[in-house]
Amino acid sequence: MSALTIENLHKSFGKAEVLKGIDLAVAEHQVVCLIGASGSGKSTLLRCVNLLEPIDEGRIVVNGDEITAPGVDVNKVRRGIGIVFQAFNLFPHMSVLSNVTLAPRKALHLSRAQAEAQARELLGRFGLADRADDYPDRLSGGQQQRVAILRALAMKPKLLLLDEVTSALDPELVGEVLELVRELAAGGMTMVVATHEMGFARELADRVCFLDAGVILEEGPPAEIFSEPKEPRTQQFLARIVAAGRL
Amino acid sequence: MKIFCISEVLILVLALALAVVRSLPGPVFFPLRVLAIAYADFFRGVPTILVITLLGFGAPALALKGVPTSTTFWGIVALTLVYTAYVSEVYRAGIESVHPSQDGAARSLGLTHGQSLRYVILPQAVRRVIPPLLNDFIGLQKDTALVGVLGSIEAFKQTQIDQAATFNFTSGLAAAVLFVAVTIPMARFTDWLVARDRRRQRAGATG
Repeated sequence: MSALTIENLHKSFGKAEVLKGIDLAVAEHQVVCLIGASGSGKSTLLRCVNLLEPIDEGRIVVNGDEITAPGVDVNKVRRGIGIVFQAFNLFPHMSVLSNVTLAPRKALHLSRAQAEAQARELLGRFGLADRADDYPDRLSGGQQQRVAILRALAMKPKLLLLDEVTSALDPELVGEVLELVRELAAGGMTMVVATHEMGFARELADRVCFLDAGVILEEGPPAEIFSEPKEPRTQQFLARIVAAGRL
Repeated sequence: MKIFCISEVLILVLALALAVVRSLPGPVFFPLRVLAIAYADFFRGVPTILVITLLGFGAPALALKGVPTSTTFWGIVALTLVYTAYVSEVYRAGIESVHPSQDGAARSLGLTHGQSLRYVILPQAVRRVIPPLLNDFIGLQKDTALVGVLGSIEAFKQTQIDQAATFNFTSGLAAAVLFVAVTIPMARFTDWLVARDRRRQRAGATG
């Protein structure tokens, strides 16, 4: 069964149509990378799947349930879909541990002890055990983003959406975040990843989608997209990336 | 002092409720939002002394059954009505200063609007507005003197009584000292709260 199916998704902000009919299917345990220039609609697409943006037209089906149907409990849907943002968006007034335990406690109604045990286990597994009691501002950008990913994982989502999670980081901090994502992929997490890290997309993705002006212009296995792109726009985009030394 | 303490607690709670009502999203809450805005506009526009005299002299004069005639009671009601309007605006500024991405992050985890407000938005908003909140409470503390026009005995009224009896104005100085003795420790306490919070969140920041 496909973990995520998107059919004919349209989304406008005012008069600007940002998504012009997106069709996408992601199988369970698959990693799909979205590439494309800024403004091509990658972030909006991910935000729509998490229902942070209401859609204008089309359907989104997650694990067999149509989440865009009227009357759906959006809070329940979001509990099963994790999203991590470019700017981390950790809660600055809470310790790392509280950041990770808030949603399991309040949305899943775990006891504080249960939630904390689970959070400490997660933090420990990804090398952040000694940061549990720190406030986010005391962490490096890479650590903050790893905490943000773990905060999403604490909800045990079936599907994880990563929205340019390394774009706000200093180059030397990108590696630790990618390493964490790599481990998640190895663990079988279904992911849709918007990224500018082409090397990463090539290494990790089962499939790469090139977004241009609100449509998926070209998609296929990374070897195909990166080595022999068919569309002129894709060729142009990748040529620029190569020229910038990013591939 | 009694008038100040009771009104302060009422104001803190009611103003927060009013600010939350104004932040409710969607067309469903439109009438509530309009009411909240009308309330804030009205009571910020009317002079405090007018509200106090209107309620303090007017309400008991109606001689309705069950309506209290205590001037202290009506003084508290009047100050609470007026200051709730001011303080709700302070809260609202705090709520709006929290970046929408914080709400986005909370909602994306499956928290409801109410939970996001309660655990993510309001704690940050209230921390930010502690200094202006204190500003309004110093104002409130001084305005308790206005309730004296109703005949309720607060510090300023007491000095007038003493002055009339003794032709000695030292009691006025004593009252001034009394007011300042309350407001200055409050100011220092707020500074301490803000500094502690900043230390906890920012110290040793590497990003």
